[in-house]
Amino acid sequence: MITSFQRQFLAAAVAAVLLAGAGGAVAQQVATAGPAQISIDNFDFKPSTLTVAAGTTVTWVNNDEEPHTIVNVGQPTRVFKSGGLDGGDTYSFVFDKPGTYDYICSIHPHMSGQIIVK
Amino acid sequence: MDTEKPDSPGTNRRTLLKCMAWAGTGIVWTVSGGVPRMLTMGEAIAAPADGFTFVQISDTHIGFNKEANPDAAGTMQAALDRIATLPKRPAMILHTGDVTHLSKPAEFDAAAQIMKGAKFDAHYVPGEHDVIGDDGKQFFERFATQANPGGWYSFDQGGVHFIGLDNVQNFEKSHAGGFGSDQLEWLEKDLKGRGASTPIVVFTHIPMWPIYPQWGWSTEDAPQALANLKRFGSVTVLNGHIHQVVQQIEGNVTYRTAMSTAFPQPAAGEGPGPGPLKVPADKLRGVLGIREVTIVAEKPAAVSDATLA
Repeated sequence: MITSFQRQFLAAAVAAVLLAGAGGAVAQQVATAGPAQISIDNFDFKPSTLTVAAGTTVTWVNNDEEPHTIVNVGQPTRVFKSGGLDGGDTYSFVFDKPGTYDYICSIHPHMSGQIIVK
Repeated sequence: MDTEKPDSPGTNRRTLLKCMAWAGTGIVWTVSGGVPRMLTMGEAIAAPADGFTFVQISDTHIGFNKEANPDAAGTMQAALDRIATLPKRPAMILHTGDVTHLSKPAEFDAAAQIMKGAKFDAHYVPGEHDVIGDDGKQFFERFATQANPGGWYSFDQGGVHFIGLDNVQNFEKSHAGGFGSDQLEWLEKDLKGRGASTPIVVFTHIPMWPIYPQWGWSTEDAPQALANLKRFGSVTVLNGHIHQVVQQIEGNVTYRTAMSTAFPQPAAGEGPGPGPLKVPADKLRGVLGIREVTIVAEKPAAVSDATLA
């Protein structure tokens, strides 16, 4: 026999599953949308991994006072490479080809991120 | 500290004195411009009357104009003015990198102009701020035309063998400083055949020992470089990058990072990252500085850090 408490719990569980599904749909939407943005805050790329559809323009915004750069490393390498971005500066790159692109800040190479293009 | 091996050429009285000093016995402190200076016992007993004296400056960051120091050109000039008033005129200046903030032509111009005005012979190695976008082309054209294609070089002056190493262009694998195999190979050849009694001064930008790898304050392949250096009786490694004085002694090798002339940075791991540390304007020159180094044969280098206050 299902008590009312259990029924409520079940309903909440179902809602959570539905919400999670919706969240997945949102993530899917990000992957197919036009522009995408990565913010640099306190020596971190946020998000550190971003999945986008081919053709997406990705823009990095440096919110730190310290300058940063965006340099593609690994394989493929140097597909994109920014100049020095001072505080408030931005850098954009259009990702046309599917693949996984690793990048770092060459001024602070302990900062790293990844763009996955589908 | 390395454990001394019985057959190590470094096991002698000098090494023992240095180790004692590091362990806390036999330290003599003096204060210069508010910064404590450690003298070894040997030096305190017989202070060098002469010797080869040069100055290290670092992290001038010309072009930086944020709150931590709106006038990096002014404080760089103040550092050079301070050097000009030293009782013993230094033979030359070593600049351990981050001459500019963003590798912009106007920043290189301004830095070159300030250095020219000071009329000192000077040798430079790049910091990561000097090689943005062009792999150091502008930097080497202006400040190190004698460098090998990868950015490294050596020269002899005052009985000392000086080695300028570039550890800011090999960051891909290590996510920290790195020399790369070409430079390590060159270093091995450069040192081969030199007498172990030759005093060695290595100058480079990023620390060669792991002060705080989480912030990139280390050089991944420094142990390979060290393998070639440790047979020498006196090795002084001077660097910048972290904008504060930190030192370490390992056997005959002494590592010393220097203050910036532009702005301080937090101690390792304090705060979100290695960015400019803001201090009240009237305290700024108390955390910026220069370093005087005197090398006397058969003795450890005498090093004195002085603030601009």
